[in-house]
Amino acid sequence: MNSIIDHISLCIERGKVDIRSPYPPDLKGQPGADEWAKDALTQGLAPEDILAACNTGMERVGAKFGRNEVFVPELLMAAKAMNAVMAHLKPHFQAGTVKEKGTFVLGTVSGDLHDIGKNLVSMVVAGNGWKVVDLGVDVKPAKFLDAIRQNPGCIVGLSALLTTTMANMAKTVKEIKSQLPDVKVLVGGAPLNQKHADDMGADGYAPDPQGAVAFLNKAA
Amino acid sequence: MKRNLLQTIQSGRILVSDGAWGTLLHLSGLEAGECPEMWNLTHRDDVYAIAKGYIDAGSDIILTNSFGANPTKLSHFGLEDKTVELNEAAASISRQAAGNDRFVLGSMGPTGVMLMMGTASEEDLFEGFKQQAMALAKGGADGLCIETMSALDEAVIAIQAAKAACNLPIACTFTFEKTAGGAFRTMMGVSPGEMLEAVKSAGASIIGSNCGNGFEQMIEIVRELRTMDRTTPILIHANAGKPVFRDGETVFPETPDDMAGRVTELVNSGANIVGGCCGTTPSHIQAMVRKIRG
Repeated sequence: MNSIIDHISLCIERGKVDIRSPYPPDLKGQPGADEWAKDALTQGLAPEDILAACNTGMERVGAKFGRNEVFVPELLMAAKAMNAVMAHLKPHFQAGTVKEKGTFVLGTVSGDLHDIGKNLVSMVVAGNGWKVVDLGVDVKPAKFLDAIRQNPGCIVGLSALLTTTMANMAKTVKEIKSQLPDVKVLVGGAPLNQKHADDMGADGYAPDPQGAVAFLNKAA
Repeated sequence: MKRNLLQTIQSGRILVSDGAWGTLLHLSGLEAGECPEMWNLTHRDDVYAIAKGYIDAGSDIILTNSFGANPTKLSHFGLEDKTVELNEAAASISRQAAGNDRFVLGSMGPTGVMLMMGTASEEDLFEGFKQQAMALAKGGADGLCIETMSALDEAVIAIQAAKAACNLPIACTFTFEKTAGGAFRTMMGVSPGEMLEAVKSAGASIIGSNCGNGFEQMIEIVRELRTMDRTTPILIHANAGKPVFRDGETVFPETPDDMAGRVTELVNSGANIVGGCCGTTPSHIQAMVRKIRG
């Protein structure tokens, strides 16, 4: 494990944000994603390669999460480490030297205030190189439609936790499809499954953040 | 007759708690996205009817319509200033339904905030839970039920805040999921053993689990807890099984007889208080009461 790229991937995977961060305990005192990313850019490494290193790290931790080997806290720390890297890459995105894969418009449907799942998906998807437009919680269909129109070519993600708000999710899918039939819609959330998604007319169902990434990369 | 929850449990009596409130509130007209706790003020009779329904079904313990009534959650509706009022009303409604001889546990659910994200401070959470606990005690609760917890830090803060607010006995239950490897963990990665240690140290007198599982998995969780602690009272509020997709909607499939069929084993495994969470109704509770009381 020699290269700066490898170090960045590992820091993302383990959630090692920066040298000051005491987490994880076994990497205490060592440089984190923040320092390695800064180093990488100073040494002339390509921003795309740094982003790819983030993808690798996020994929690994995302896979562990899918296997229940790590849990929400570990995923959140990985996302925090990723944000530290993204802060350094921001000027390159703005200058157009690094491009995002596409745009993902995401929100928790109307009547539902739960956001943990949505936030995890948002972070992991952004880590995979997508622009994420997070509309928040309790999002009415009209707000989704506005955001879709403002982001042509985007893919849409709907989240819900309550069984009582799934009806709103179905309604939202219906409205999107009726007005903008070409837009791909992904659904997710604890009470959902593939059958729900199919019955709603959604294009996909993701049980976890990595599932969302897989869908997006396939759909793009 | 003076009610004493802990003494009653210690005397060996198995207590039956209540079932779901959310479904019944929705059946009474609560809309998706509406604040359920506001109904303690605007639809007091409907809330009372739910509480009474469980008392009539035979519950020894009923909870209160206050699950989301912490200031953080209420702020989503702009109702944080009503924290005291809503919790007092919740407890007083259940108190009225329970009369003198049944117990009322004040329900306190999570704030929805993850402390590790830094968006809210420990002090904010402590103050909020303290306000809530004081109001529930004032309204007439016999104890508090800090439930549906996933994170140790939040649960410990809630218990400490409750202890600062009143002298009532505190129950604390966590929501576990069976992982791919077979072990039970909360979504934050907490194990039953970790919960046990932290929650008891913080000062809860009753431990356990609610939501996430039917009686079948709860029996496993109780057994695991009992390998580590033979004496602390255990409270279980189980879902009516794992949700399935049927006829275009998600349902919790276990019938009253299904749940009653497992309640003896649950009690024999070491649970002291048994009741229901998502998908359960007064009929489920009635079936459990019949099975336990014979």
